[in-house]
Amino acid sequence: MQDKLIDLQHITKSYGSSTILDDLNLYIRENEFLTLLGPSGCGKTTTLRIIGGFETPDSGSVMFQGKDITSLPANKREVNTVFQKYALFPHMTIAENIAFGLKIKKKSQSYIKDKIKYALKLVNMDGFEERMPDSLSGGQQQRIAIARAIVNEPKILLLDEPLGALDLKLRQDMQYELIRLKNELGITFIYVTHDQEEALTMSDTIVVMNQGYIQQIGTPTDIYNEPQNTFVADFIGDSNILSGIMIRDKLVEILGAKFDCVDTGFGENNPVDVVIRPEDIDLIEPENGTIEGIVTDVIFKGVHYEMCVMARGFEFVVHSTDCFAVDSRVGIHVDPFDIQIMHKAEYDDEKAVEINE
Amino acid sequence: MKKRLGNFYLTLVLIFMYAPIATLMILSFNSSKSRSHFGGFTLNWYIGLFQNEEVISAFRTTIILAFLSAFIATILGTAACTGMLFMKKRSRSIIMGVTNIPMLNADIVTGVSLMLLFIAARATMGFTTVLLSHITFNIPYVILSVMPRYRELKISTYEAALDLGATPVYAFFKVIVPDLMGAILSGFLMSFTMSLDDFIITHFTQGPGFDTLSTKIYSEVKKGVNPEIYALSTIMFLTILILLFMVNYRPGTRRPEGQIKVRTRKQVVVSSGRGGAL
Amino acid sequence: MSDKRVKLLASPYILWSAGFIIIPLCLVIYYAFTDASGAFSFDNVADIISYVNIKALLLSMAFSLVSTLICLLIAYPLALILSSTVSSNSSILSLLFILPMWMNSLLRTYAWQNILERKGVINGILSALSLPPIYIINKPPAILLGMVYDFLPFMILPVYNSVSRIDKDLINAARDLGAGYKEIFFRVIWPLSLPGVISGITMVFVPSLTTFVISDVLGGGKILLIGNVIEQLFTQDSDWNAGAGLSVVLMVFIVISMIITSNYDREDIK
Repeated sequence: MQDKLIDLQHITKSYGSSTILDDLNLYIRENEFLTLLGPSGCGKTTTLRIIGGFETPDSGSVMFQGKDITSLPANKREVNTVFQKYALFPHMTIAENIAFGLKIKKKSQSYIKDKIKYALKLVNMDGFEERMPDSLSGGQQQRIAIARAIVNEPKILLLDEPLGALDLKLRQDMQYELIRLKNELGITFIYVTHDQEEALTMSDTIVVMNQGYIQQIGTPTDIYNEPQNTFVADFIGDSNILSGIMIRDKLVEILGAKFDCVDTGFGENNPVDVVIRPEDIDLIEPENGTIEGIVTDVIFKGVHYEMCVMARGFEFVVHSTDCFAVDSRVGIHVDPFDIQIMHKAEYDDEKAVEINE
Repeated sequence: MKKRLGNFYLTLVLIFMYAPIATLMILSFNSSKSRSHFGGFTLNWYIGLFQNEEVISAFRTTIILAFLSAFIATILGTAACTGMLFMKKRSRSIIMGVTNIPMLNADIVTGVSLMLLFIAARATMGFTTVLLSHITFNIPYVILSVMPRYRELKISTYEAALDLGATPVYAFFKVIVPDLMGAILSGFLMSFTMSLDDFIITHFTQGPGFDTLSTKIYSEVKKGVNPEIYALSTIMFLTILILLFMVNYRPGTRRPEGQIKVRTRKQVVVSSGRGGAL
Repeated sequence: MSDKRVKLLASPYILWSAGFIIIPLCLVIYYAFTDASGAFSFDNVADIISYVNIKALLLSMAFSLVSTLICLLIAYPLALILSSTVSSNSSILSLLFILPMWMNSLLRTYAWQNILERKGVINGILSALSLPPIYIINKPPAILLGMVYDFLPFMILPVYNSVSRIDKDLINAARDLGAGYKEIFFRVIWPLSLPGVISGITMVFVPSLTTFVISDVLGGGKILLIGNVIEQLFTQDSDWNAGAGLSVVLMVFIVISMIITSNYDREDIK
């Protein structure tokens, strides 16, 4: 196993009566782009603030390169944060903002000057030294906030929904910028977002969180293709989630029809949840399909058509480049490796299952 | 530890702020007329208060004055704000500059200047001159309370009303005025409070035989203020306290964040950009 | 409702402010530069350098400077503490600091007489604790105390407003970048709260420079401030020209102090 740079052990945090994090365990490797992904209130920002040193966990410990830093104040940590609303000091110029941390560390004038120049170049903002923060656009302020953090050469850069306030185009540009920065700097990024597309684009590792629990940890492809429960399947991308019965290894019954799949180890005749991504459903001649359905709705989405297909009382969402007219009869076929089988949650709120790594 | 130190400090300042009020309240129940020792509990001052024609009449004058001046100032001020919206930026900032003069100038100079005006106009000093003066120093509170709200106003709702077929006048009263009501009301209340508490300007513009509570207290400072006035002030203070808590803690309604928004004299100047800069 | 007609709504106020703000100020200036017979004269304004007047002015300046400073020293920590308490409590707390203003201010000032008197509340408490009494009534400390007491809310409010408006994330950002408590205060909180401090200073400085009530009530009429001199010239001596002359001098001082403070404002805030 690679080096653990940050290791969160049994972290619990609650405000008043509401528990935000419950026995959270997570480690982050060196030089990793890790994203904490989840809906608001899932505990992702609290996790980030605990790493940053702005919150102290009620119990558990934060290890940094093997040393316990749980009670080390934020200003003593080798970690810097890019805040959600940038938090640039409005009374200082861009240069003064960037120099803030360096001046506190009593770096020499010439060192500071070089660093400012370097950082501004890195974020494509050369020549902005003497401007005031409020004269910059949101995207520019964002870049300055990043520059201000990285001049301190942190081991880890924490980013709290940094692109949330930007418009779509700018957000997409910044995603590539961030990946480039990460590669140039060679440091660890911990990124918080509720935007699954952002997470899938940028991360090496995604941590999906809900209600204070980690739902799944994995690479973007793992998370997308092999969601471990209905919450993850539903949160990441569109999906058809059905109840099924695992007849035996590699055979599952859905809506009364038997589908071949590749999953094993779910026992025999056990109820399971089945996830099928919309783009993994092939619509074919009615008589050739595993089951038969009727197209009830078609929307043109640019790259593909989104169709609703009613089959045996279940409405499938299907993405396809081929268009079938409304009311046409179609057959539904799914390749075995496109069927994802998951354990059925015993209770509703057991959506929040704990995962043993 | 740090928190406790903070609480200790808060308590200390609160004691400083409330010491005189507590003293007055206690003295209003003091059976001995001496100001230095408590001679036992009595309600005599409260009973005597209602038979003291002088104090009651000063109280009545104060309230009527405060109400009338605040009311007239509110109408004049709100109308002025509406009119100013349609003016050029330049003339608007000139008017706002003039409006700031009574706020920033020393009360004594304002009082003296109005006194000289009334003397030059050969007016008899009395209720009318004091009323005119109070209206004068009240209007700025109304303007500085209403004007910022006007600027925040979403003109789109007014346009939506026009779009839906309302006449401009109808749209003004149905859309703009309800939106402004809070600001107008707070301007009125601020004016009322300022007028109630004013001494200096009243002092220079009053005539013989005319008294508000403030001038009555001032005239009695040398020989010792009548405890019946303590009793009256205690009643007034408690009334305002109760009203305030009723407004802020009506059962069933949750108070929106920061609803207790109290601004004091000259405070308004700050919130609306100082020195007439519009 | 044409724009022109709406504009007319402002005209009553324009007339009003001309009649009751501009003309009265012109009258003060007119009286200041004429003598009793109406001839031009510079004597009234020049009278400020007479021994009594200059002493009163300097004394007023000293009192108002010290009281402004004390107000700031009391209000700033208070604002910091208030803004760090939970928001649901802080609105009630800050209300507590404004509430006293709803009791007649003259009466509250007068109440300090009872507290500070030779046999007043404080000395009562001191003697009960068998401590030596203090006699400050009718002396400068009493006037200073009265000024601080009367004008403290004017300092608390703007300072509290500006401190509480500082985004908590700015403080977090400073901490994140390595700043300790001292650096956070001097590099972030203090410069960002300066506008509030400046308006607090003007709001305390002007009324304490010009008051005549506090010195009357707590100074026993023995200590003459510039406000007392002007008040007496108008109400007792009926020497309006002399009174107007000193008023003009006072106004000049107010304007100067405002220019100084607003300059400060611009420099530090940019």
